[in-house]
Amino acid sequence: MTPLLEFRNVTKIYSKGLLSRATTVALDDVSLRIEDDQPTIMTVAGESGSGKTTLAMLLLGFISPTHGQILYKGKDIAKLQGEERLAFRREVQAVFQDPFAVFNPFYTVDHLLSVPIEKFKLARSKREARDKMEEALNAVGLRPEDVLGRFPHQLSGGQRQRINVARALLLKPRLLVADEPVSMVDASLRATILESLRRMNREYGVSIIYITHDLTTAYHVANSIIVLYRGSVMEAGDIDRVIRDPQHPYTKLLIDSIPWPDVNRRWGQTEIKAREQDHGSVETGCKFASRCPFVMEACRKAPPPLYQVAAQQAAACYLYEKQPVLAREQLSQVLPV
Amino acid sequence: MTPTKPVLRVIDLQVSYYTEAGRALALDRVSLELYPGEKLGMVGESGCGKSTMALAMMRMIKPPGRIEGGQVFIDDVDLMTLPEAKMRKARLSLISYIPQGAMNSLNPVLRIEAQMRDAIKEHLPTMRDAEVQARIYEALESVELRREVARMYPHELSGGMKQRVCIAIGILLGPKVIIADEPTSALDVVTQRQVMETLDRVQKQLGAAMILIGHDMGLMAQFVDKVAVMYAGKFTEISPVRDIFTNPLHPYARALIESLPTLNNKGVFKGIPGLAPSLINRPSGCAFHPRCSEAMEICRTVTPALIEQRDGRRVACHLYDQPIRRADEPAMVASR
Ligand SMILES: Nc1ncnc2c1ncn2[C@@H]1O[C@H](COP(=O)(O)OP(=O)(O)OP(=O)(O)O)[C@@H](O)[C@H]1O
Ligand SMILES: Nc1ncnc2c1ncn2[C@@H]1O[C@H](COP(=O)(O)OP(=O)(O)OP(=O)(O)O)[C@@H](O)[C@H]1O
Ligand code: SF4
Ligand SMILES: [Mg+2]
Ligand SMILES: [Mg+2]
Repeated sequence: MTPLLEFRNVTKIYSKGLLSRATTVALDDVSLRIEDDQPTIMTVAGESGSGKTTLAMLLLGFISPTHGQILYKGKDIAKLQGEERLAFRREVQAVFQDPFAVFNPFYTVDHLLSVPIEKFKLARSKREARDKMEEALNAVGLRPEDVLGRFPHQLSGGQRQRINVARALLLKPRLLVADEPVSMVDASLRATILESLRRMNREYGVSIIYITHDLTTAYHVANSIIVLYRGSVMEAGDIDRVIRDPQHPYTKLLIDSIPWPDVNRRWGQTEIKAREQDHGSVETGCKFASRCPFVMEACRKAPPPLYQVAAQQAAACYLYEKQPVLAREQLSQVLPV
Repeated sequence: MTPTKPVLRVIDLQVSYYTEAGRALALDRVSLELYPGEKLGMVGESGCGKSTMALAMMRMIKPPGRIEGGQVFIDDVDLMTLPEAKMRKARLSLISYIPQGAMNSLNPVLRIEAQMRDAIKEHLPTMRDAEVQARIYEALESVELRREVARMYPHELSGGMKQRVCIAIGILLGPKVIIADEPTSALDVVTQRQVMETLDRVQKQLGAAMILIGHDMGLMAQFVDKVAVMYAGKFTEISPVRDIFTNPLHPYARALIESLPTLNNKGVFKGIPGLAPSLINRPSGCAFHPRCSEAMEICRTVTPALIEQRDGRRVACHLYDQPIRRADEPAMVASR
């Protein structure tokens, strides 16, 4: 069966200005699939600058890959036209990372929500449109009378972020890319919003790519996880396995850095090595080598392939070189749905 | 050792937004004290007034918002009565604010160093260029950014790098009070830990007091000394961090702690039922009463005051109207 979405060896390289030859490999040969008939929630995690937003932008067609292809229902998204393009724009929605950037400051919340309803003909009457808006706002804990009629600058950070999520809920897409959708709300609301996302996944069959640094919430909603480091997949697999028993040294560092809401459990036992000096520099080996506590000679020579360390877990690290190699293109095999 | 004199005293600060639907009381006469070197975490539901309080302290509330009363002392200077020109100087040098979504406030067409230079020049117009440059590098290095970042434009940096640039700007002039509004909410845990360790180190070096606004209770547990829990424009509880996590007193604080996800309760989401109150039509009495499982008759009519309890804790809830006090302890004076 044709997957809903497919990344085929996608690489994105940014050049730094016209005159400079320095480049940043923001995403490095990533392949993945989201099946059409098995809605899932996949987390993409990784440190700042690891390429998460780049992956989202590529997927939405806002930027195009330097190498590789992105297919939606078997068609290259760069080549979609007419009806197909409109369908794509409706079926793939996003909640952007920065709720301060996305809204046009001159439009009210009503406008933001009613435009998609009109554009995609989601309601037959004004009344129905209004009901849909209210339903979506309630699902993210907002009172319609508190926010409708307001301009973006009249809302708090978390309120804006929730308007974003409400908009996505309204559209009931096939695929939702949520880039840090709950980073600015409190724990209680986080729970409420993630619950609505999960309901969307279960009841309406929406697949969700949940981009976050918050591994605790990821653990609670997602089925699978991909850990990126400077554009490369370091570890991937079943979320329970990866969070509870991380194998890659980088994932271990990530898990150890989770600030637990527990005053008796101190933060981060592992020391963080300084971040590498230059993202653009040519490197031959493992990208994590300069920070890795276990670095070996082999690590500096060639980038490690993905080794399959369990049925649903793979790590790109020479510590596991006795395990079978998993081709990059086969990544989705270790991701449960 | 706590120094004897607070560096920051906020007294009865009040802010309203005059919206089409009516007056929204976003900050309802809140008071706060902070000692040099102290780190306070400010938490509370989205929209409860945290950023409003920070902006009011900086006198950066814009219409339709209005500061309707109160004083904000840094040592003996009341910011609320300073002439505008002096207030502009006070920002960054006495009190600095790293705004929510700060990384988006960087000017996209200016190199990082130009933005930092402008900030310094506004306060210290006579400083020599070489010195300015040195100060810029120092600030960047203190947030673990390479010097080359100075030459870059905001779009060339990742979210985390931009966020650290904003922190670097916030500490450029060595303020006495630093307010950081969700400084790491867009960052991964490793970067977050680095940024927080940096903030911590810089704050200690400066001996500055710090207010950390945020939703990440884990971060609070790991980083601050005291936590202030806000609900609908008022503090409900201010307690040492350990007490908030191990024995929260206010029912809202308790519900907030209980909603935290852990690794032991996968898939259980414990949001607090009900919606945050409207600031235009605030519930009478205690604003939390419609959602409180322990609400009593009095809660509907009388607004509870923030009363000092034992051990330096303060709670605004009728359950604690009688301060918990040992029999041998003398009655507490209103404040310390
Ligand atoms: N338009 C651009 N031009 C040049 N470099 C860019 C551009 N956009 C992103 N980059 C670089 O690509 C890399 C990946 O950036 P990206 O925004 O995808 O990271 P991210 O994982 O989303 O980070 P964060 O968690 O901070 O949001 C970074 O090194 C960044 O500096
Ligand atoms: N310019 C404005 N006009 C009208 N109302 C406003 C304005 N700015 C803020 N408000 C309202 O004031 C209340 C407090 O907002 P504030 O930004 O202080 O919340 P916050 O506690 O910082 O929330 P968050 O955690 O979501 O950032 C909110 O209900 C918000 O909608
Ligand atoms: S491959 Fe080597 S350097 Fe890279 S993470 Fe594994 S042990 Fe560390
Ligand atoms: Mg990003
Ligand atoms: Mg705020």
